[in-house]
Amino acid sequence: MTALADREFFGYRRENGRVGIRNHVAILPLDDLSNAACEKVANNIDGCLALPHHYGRLQFGEDLDLHFRTLIGTGKNPNVAACIVIGIEPGWTQRVVDGIAATGKPVAGFAIEGHGEIKAVATASRKAQEYVQWASEKLRGPCKISDLWVSTKCGESDTTSGLASCPTVGNLIDKIDPLGATTCFGETSELTGAEKVCAARAATPEIGEKFMKTWQAYMDEVIEPHKTSDLSESQPTKGNIAGGLTTIEEKAFGNLQKIGKNTSFIDVLEPAEEPGRGAGLYFMDTSSAAAECVTLQAAAGFVVHLFPTGQGNIIGNPIEPVIKLTANPRTAREMPEHIDLDCSGILRGEMTLDEAGDALADIMVRTCNGRLTAAESLKHREFVMTKLYRSA
Amino acid sequence: MSAPDFLAHGPEDTVGVVVVETVKTGAALAGLDMETGQALHIDALSDIPLGHKIALKDLAEGDTVLKYGHDIGKVVAAAKAGDHVHTHNMKTKRW
Repeated sequence: MTALADREFFGYRRENGRVGIRNHVAILPLDDLSNAACEKVANNIDGCLALPHHYGRLQFGEDLDLHFRTLIGTGKNPNVAACIVIGIEPGWTQRVVDGIAATGKPVAGFAIEGHGEIKAVATASRKAQEYVQWASEKLRGPCKISDLWVSTKCGESDTTSGLASCPTVGNLIDKIDPLGATTCFGETSELTGAEKVCAARAATPEIGEKFMKTWQAYMDEVIEPHKTSDLSESQPTKGNIAGGLTTIEEKAFGNLQKIGKNTSFIDVLEPAEEPGRGAGLYFMDTSSAAAECVTLQAAAGFVVHLFPTGQGNIIGNPIEPVIKLTANPRTAREMPEHIDLDCSGILRGEMTLDEAGDALADIMVRTCNGRLTAAESLKHREFVMTKLYRSA
Repeated sequence: MSAPDFLAHGPEDTVGVVVVETVKTGAALAGLDMETGQALHIDALSDIPLGHKIALKDLAEGDTVLKYGHDIGKVVAAAKAGDHVHTHNMKTKRW
C-alpha cells in the first residue's frame, strides 16, 4: 500500500478551492413547509438530493442563527456541486442563497408564496435540470490527504468501541494530522467523566479552558435543568448498556479514544461553525445523538465521516458519506450490510491497532474516490437539525 | 497465546472486558493487559456476556472502579474477582 503521505485520491475541487468527494445537487428547504416542494423537484429531475427537515418557522435568537448556519453550511459543503433553495417566502430564502453563494457555486432560491407550489416546483425543476447537467460534467482530479476534512463520532457504543474501533479512528487521526488534514470530534455531553482528560488534549491552556466552558455550559443549560434521573437508558443508551457499558464516565473514556494519542485540538467550534484556524483537529459543541452531530459536522464543511459502532448504529448522512467500523464480532457477523470495516481482529490479537488504522485509511481513500459506503448504499440520509429551544 | 477471553486496558484497571461470546460460571479465563502485554488469569464467578465487565480484584461497596486507568464510577454492591460488573453493582458518580 502506498504510504498515506503520498496517497492521492480523486475529488471534486470546487470554486473556492475546497475539495468534495461527492457531486450532489442539493434541493434545500428553508422550512418544514417547503419539504414537499423540494421532494417534488427531486422526483422530477434525476440526480437531485432533497434534504427535508422539520424546522425553520418562528425560530429566533441563537436558535435561528444555528438554523441558518446549518442550512447555509450544508449548501456550502464541497460535496454539494450546486444548490436549489425553496422557502415559503423570499426573504429568508434569499438569506440562505446569499450565504451559499459566497463559495462561488451555482445556487438559486425559489419562494412559494404568491406563486403556489406547483408553479414554484416547475420553475425550480428547470433550474435543477440545468444544475444537474452542469454538475454531471464535473471531473474528479487528484487531491491530497491535506485537502480532506474528516469528522468522527461514534454510536451505539459498547466496550469494544473503547477497546478497538474508537482507537482505530484515533490511530488514523494521529496519522493524518501531521499530513495536514482538517479533522473534527464533538459530543459534548458524552465526554462527561473524561472532560478534564479531554481538556488536557487542547493545544494550549486557553483552548482547554474554552472547552471546559463549553462542556460546563452544556451541563448547566441542558442536562441539569432537564434531568429527572441518572439518565440511564439515555446516556448511556439502552444499547450501550446491553453492550456492557455501565456509566457515562466509562462511555466517555471510550469515546475519547477517537482522537488518538498524539493529536491536540486547536479550537472549540460552535455547532455547525466552520473551522477557521487552518488544518488540525477541532472540537465541536454538539449533541451526542448521531444524526444531529453528523449533520452539524457536515454543515461545518466536513466531507467524510468515520463512525465506530459497537452494537450497530446504522446512521448515514445525505451529503457526508459515513464510514462504519466495528470491533464487535457479533455486530460484524449479524449486521454486515451496515459495516464498512470489521476490526474485531484486534480483540483476538489477529490485527494490531496500527494495521487497523491503515485498513481504515484505505477504506477512507476508496470512499473519497467514489466507493459507496454501507450507509450510502442503504440510502441512509438522516438529516437532523439541532434545535436549541422552542420556537416563538 | 490463543485469542484472549478478556482484555484489560492497563495495569491499574480493576475491571476487564469479556471479548468472547460465551463465558460460563466457573470457566478459567485467559486475559491480556493491552498496555503491558502481560497475561492475566481469572475464574469466572458468573455468566458474562460479550463486552461486559469482569472484576479483576475484589471490589467493596463504595470503591471506585478503574478502567483506562481512570475513575468510571462507584461500586454499589460488593463483587469478587471474577464477578460480572454492571448496572447491578456499579453506578455513575455523575448525573
